[in-house]
Order: sequence, then C-alpha cells, then structure tokens
Amino acid sequence: MRDFAFGQYYPTGSVVHRLDPRVKIILSLFYLVIIFFVVSYVTYLIVALFLLFVVLISKIPVLSVLKSVKAVIFLLVFTAVLNIFFYKEGKVIAEWGIIVITAQGIDFAVKMILRLSLLVMGSSILMFTSTPTEITDGMEYLMAPLKFVRFPVHDVAIIMSIALRFIPTLMEETDKIIMAQKARGAAFDCGKFTERVKAVVPILIPLFASSFRRAEELALALDTRCYDATPKRTRMKKLKAGWKDFIAVIIVAALGTVILLDKYYFLSFDRMIENALGWNLWGA
Amino acid sequence: MSIVIENLSFTYGKKTPYKKQALKNVSFTVNEGDFLGIIGHTGSGKSTLIQHINGLIKLEEGKIKVFDIDLSQKKPDLKLLRRKVGMVFQYPEYQLFDETVEKDVAFGPKNLKMSDEEIKQSVKEAIELVGLDYESIKDKSPFEISGGQKRRVAIAGVIAMKPKVLILDEPTAGLDPKGKEEILELILKLKESSAHTVIMIGHDIDELSRYVKRLIVLNDGQLVYDAKPAKLFENREKLEEMGLDVPIAYKLKCALSEKGVKMGEVANDDDFVREYLKIYKEKKN
Repeated sequence: MRDFAFGQYYPTGSVVHRLDPRVKIILSLFYLVIIFFVVSYVTYLIVALFLLFVVLISKIPVLSVLKSVKAVIFLLVFTAVLNIFFYKEGKVIAEWGIIVITAQGIDFAVKMILRLSLLVMGSSILMFTSTPTEITDGMEYLMAPLKFVRFPVHDVAIIMSIALRFIPTLMEETDKIIMAQKARGAAFDCGKFTERVKAVVPILIPLFASSFRRAEELALALDTRCYDATPKRTRMKKLKAGWKDFIAVIIVAALGTVILLDKYYFLSFDRMIENALGWNLWGA
Repeated sequence: MSIVIENLSFTYGKKTPYKKQALKNVSFTVNEGDFLGIIGHTGSGKSTLIQHINGLIKLEEGKIKVFDIDLSQKKPDLKLLRRKVGMVFQYPEYQLFDETVEKDVAFGPKNLKMSDEEIKQSVKEAIELVGLDYESIKDKSPFEISGGQKRRVAIAGVIAMKPKVLILDEPTAGLDPKGKEEILELILKLKESSAHTVIMIGHDIDELSRYVKRLIVLNDGQLVYDAKPAKLFENREKLEEMGLDVPIAYKLKCALSEKGVKMGEVANDDDFVREYLKIYKEKKN
C-alpha cells in the first residue's frame, strides 16, 4: 500500500466526515467559485483561517492537506514567474532591458499563488473527508435533474463508482507486478530515458491484461445477477441532510458574505488599511 | 548458512491511519539444501517476509543476510541478490508480457546482463526443465497458451536466472489437482537439479507436509513455530486456534491413538503407511 497525496480518504469520523456528501459537494463548488471574488490580503487571510478551521475540526493532519499543493507546484511557479516578469503596468520596482518588475505584477503573482493553493487545498478536503462512494452518491443526486433531458445519470454514476472502486485495486496490482519484474532483475530507476521508457512495458502489458480480465469478470457478475440500470432502483443508503449540514451551510455562507462585502461594498480591506495608515504602495 | 534473519520487524503505512504491523521480531536461518515451508493465516505476514529476502521491501528493523549480502547495509547489491534468490510470486502467469515465450523467459537473464550465448542456453534449459517442449512453444505468445503452461513459463522465467535459492508464494494456487501435483513434482525436480534451497509458502497443509522437511508458522506477524512437520503437528490444538489445519494422515494417527493404536512420527501419507505397516508386521509375528 502506498499513499497517494491527492484524494486519499482519511477516516477520522469527524463532523466534517459525517456531513451529507451532497452538501459537501455543493459547498465545495461554492467555495471554488467564491475564491475568485477574493480581492484583498485581509480576505485571503480570512479564507486561510477558515480552511484551517475546517481542517482542524476534520482532524486531518494539516501537513497532508498542505501536501496536496505539491501536485500543482509547477503550475504555481510558472504562473507566478510569468506574472512577475510580464506585468508591465504600474509602479516600476526594477528594470533590466525588456524585463520590468512592477509592484502590481508582484501583487498579482502573490495573489494568484494564494488563490490557486487555497483552491487546491479546499477541494482536497472534500476528497479527504468523503469516500468515493459518498461522492458518487452525492453526484448522482445532484445530477438527477438531468434525467429530464434523458441523460443516463444512474449509468454514469455506476461507471464512476466502479472506476473509483478499482483505483486502489489496480494500484495494488501495479505494485505486485513491479515487484515481480524487479525480482526478475528489472531496473526502473536507472538508465537513460529511452531505457526507462522501455522498462515500463513489462508493467503496462500485464496491467492491461489484468484490467481487461477484471472488467470481463465484473461484467459477467453483473449480468448473472440480472443487473439492469434502467428500471427505478431503490438505494441501500438514503442520504439525509440534518442540522450539521445546516450549520455548515451557514458558516460557508458567512464566508461568502464577507468576501463579497469586501469586493463590492468596502472595495478591498487592504485599501482601507492603507488609507488609514497613509501608505502609497502602488504609485497611483 | 544461506539466509540469516534476525529480529525482523516491519510496519506498513507508517504515520497513516492505515498502519499495520506485518512482522514482529522474526528470526530464523535457512541452511543450504533446506526445503522450508511457511504457513500462516491470510495476513499473517508470509508474503511480507519473503519479499524482504529478495530486497523488494526496504529493511526497516532487524538484520537480513543472504549469502554474503548484508541487507542492513546502506546500499546492498540488489542485482547480485536477485541473481542468487529467485522469487516466484502468487499467480506468476500474470507477470508475462513479451511477444513470445522465449523472449519472456529471457527477460530475467537479459536484466542480469548475461551474454547472448548464455541467455539462449539458459532459456532453453529452463523451458525444458519445467517440462515444456522448447521447439514447439518458444515462438508462441504467452497469452495464447493454457493456464498450466503459463505458470510453467513464468517459473521458467525465474529458473533461467539460475538462482541458488528458490522462493515460491503459493505456487499451486488456482490449479486443478493434477496441475497441483505436476507443479509440486516440478519443484522437487528443480530442488534436485538447479536451486538446492527452496522456500515455499502454502495454504494446503497436506500438500506442504508431503514435501517440506521443515515448517515455519507465522501468526499475526510473529514466528510461533519452527519445527519439522511431524513434531509441529503435536501442537494441533494451538494450530487450530490460529485457524490452521493438520494433515489428514496426522488426524488419522490421532484417531487411532485414541483407540489404543500407538504410531511413531507421522506427517504425511507415506509416513502413515510406513508406521501402519510396522504395526501390522508386529501383530503378524
């Protein structure tokens, strides 16, 4: 068993884990949207504190949430560099030939990094606190209106849940195959690039072969038990939203209100503080 | 001594909520020429143990020495280790991948950087040793031959590396009785002809006690017994508590002893027949 950083369910049985997955999905989506309305550092701090609060009550180790940013670190650095070097407007801080660094450029880059990392960490919380089954169940409910346009909601949900269900199985299988080929002297971690690419073949082919075998067996098993996705099916676990979910909605709504007030009513808390202190950072 | 293991412990998924201690303070040695069986309930740590011997799991706690290779060193020579210790995994046919049987069996020797001549020679030998016809099978795809043949080809892939020690993880799993018998006979043949030390994990106690000379019992990651089969079964009740069975021959011996017929050491059918004949002849005289 190995740990994959992004989207590993981390069972602690906390309140966040026990929230209705539908509510969790909607709140996560809302969070993803609302984070684009954050304009000031003060509100970024508020969002970060909010995230910390959620992580603490969900009892997930803070480190593993931070680690989820690792997956997008390249993207972060890349956009930051682009922004710093190619943002040409505003107060110039440094200049070498065509490269001009402005205060606004740095400001923009820092905010971009904050936004993206808060985005990734926020969505990782959904994955950390809900099992794949819960997520697909929730998705199925939320996609229910699509049934009216004859979209096969249930089939998509079952395909999704089977795919998710088999990720750990295939990981385990991959581990076994890697071990078996290593035992036969295969070296995966040294040699030239072309050699390393070639070294993947003895893993991929057995893996494909076993995936097809599993798929066939599963299809047969579904058939022999007369599985049919079309008639109206009842469910074993009914999802129920309760007072916990209500409180969660209120907390996230409060966060949203603060963010929107900052942007549209107070026109950035940062500006207010700067004005109060009489700073002029942007050379306006 | 070919393999020395001292105080080996291992934990999966350290620092995660899924952590599980798979091995606790396991120590034993394997001598050259041993035919050793390892039994234990599912999840008792058998596979983890043998994967350590081949350097497939990084040593965490304890000491392992295989021939002159000390695995507790920082960078042990894994290539040399894998040349000396051949490992046949559970369902080894699932690791076949190449276009032809010949190329697949040659995968191991090639990785060991043997010369072309040597590779050709050892592949041919290995395929013949596992009881397949080299000429007729070498150009077939490993995906079009039968299940039993696939398993033989996979074992040949390990044999072709000419290991001194052969480790097999449930080599008869999923085969029919005839296939099982054939694979076991093959292992016995391999022990005599190429790899002289064999370690075998098994579930079927009747099967194991017929072949191995020594049995190690793992329970919950701990080594509980290390004895020759006939002696081990004297702990029948304790074994049954661990979810393990004793061979039918031994059960018969117990049933007879309840009726007053005392027999010597019995571990398998052959022993039973021998002991029975002894008593029979005594009665006759």
